[in-house]
Amino acid sequence: MENVLISLEVMGLGMLGIFVVILVIIGIVSVLTRLSRPKPDEDQNSR
Amino acid sequence: MEFLLSGLLAITWQQLIMYVIGGVLIYLALKKGFEPALLMPMGFGAILVNLPFSGVLDQTLQGGIESNGIIQWLFETTIEASEALPILLFIGIGAMIDFGPLLSNPKMMVFGAAAQFGIFFSLMVATMMGFDLLDAASIASVAAADGPTALLVSQIFKSKYVGAIAVAAYSYMALVPIVQPFAIKLVTTRKERLIRMPYNPRNISKTTRILFPIIVTIIAGLIAPMSVSLVGFLMFGNLLRECGVLNSLSQTAQNEFANIITLLLGLTISFSMKAEQFVNLETILIMCLGLLGFVMDTIGGVLCAKIMNLFLPQGKKINPMIGGAGISAFPMSARVIQKMALKEDNQNHLLMHAIGANVSGQIGSVLAGGILLNLIPVLIGG
Repeated sequence: MENVLISLEVMGLGMLGIFVVILVIIGIVSVLTRLSRPKPDEDQNSR
Repeated sequence: MEFLLSGLLAITWQQLIMYVIGGVLIYLALKKGFEPALLMPMGFGAILVNLPFSGVLDQTLQGGIESNGIIQWLFETTIEASEALPILLFIGIGAMIDFGPLLSNPKMMVFGAAAQFGIFFSLMVATMMGFDLLDAASIASVAAADGPTALLVSQIFKSKYVGAIAVAAYSYMALVPIVQPFAIKLVTTRKERLIRMPYNPRNISKTTRILFPIIVTIIAGLIAPMSVSLVGFLMFGNLLRECGVLNSLSQTAQNEFANIITLLLGLTISFSMKAEQFVNLETILIMCLGLLGFVMDTIGGVLCAKIMNLFLPQGKKINPMIGGAGISAFPMSARVIQKMALKEDNQNHLLMHAIGANVSGQIGSVLAGGILLNLIPVLIGG
């Protein structure tokens, strides 16, 4: 029974851990994508 | 003349079963095309190691002469002592993966996390069945849908079921086209499976492609340090691919290097398929738990998409089948989703979304493996 309880704890902490890592990566990728987005051409801006 | 018959007379019924299993693995590899690069060497190796007095294993001959066996040596040096083969394979896998579809639509990455649920679910069921925590975690890693991760976890935890775990991990990966449609249909309606998702790819800069593997390695390493050998080698392979100046190395990693490692891994892992270790009730239980894990992975990903849909406006909803592609079996899972979508509606193309979720499953599965390696010893000790 003790092992089952530990496995439930592993389930909770494990899924939390994976989601935290993935959400942090999503955040950083989103910021990176925005920062490195190709700028519109100057001649397009001047129109 | 008796020495000519000594091998024949020494065959046990368990070894005969292993010859049949070896034959089935070779049949599945060659006739059905199920992971042939792995299942064929494993099947042949299963026969090799189960021949009586097999020369591929260490033997003590009459007169006390010691003879070393090549498969035992390969296993002890490249898997047992260092886990080198499964880890090195990740360089090749990383070099094969294009993270472009994922970087183009990063929210698909959520499914790479959700579809690891089966690992933890099968861990719980395995402990309920009486396996100790280290063996249960090793068995649960089958549900990572990622052979090298399953091997690494079971090897570090010194599980006695490495052979059964390897067979389950690789054969179920090959059975994704059968397992996933069943699991997806179990938890989705036809209306949900018909949801269309337009694909508007963004331009991903080279800087982002290069920084991505480095950032993932650092974040994963800081949160789950034991995952670094897995994530790090996967991302190193990807960096080889994306850096743009090491094309020949990237090609080598994707082709010759990955092929050699795969060939050696298949043969080497057969060491753990010796009849006395393999032919028992636990092997059948492990196969069942692996199957359960695969089904629950898929259901976890699909349910995550359904929950997200509760908060998304009409027109932005996600086809829940995409969630099922969050497992690590790449690219089979993405192809299965595409095929299912086209079967329901021949104009519904979900492939690129599914590939995004599927490559994130590669990251999710190695993270899950690392988290198991981190958490289990801590909780057992605590």
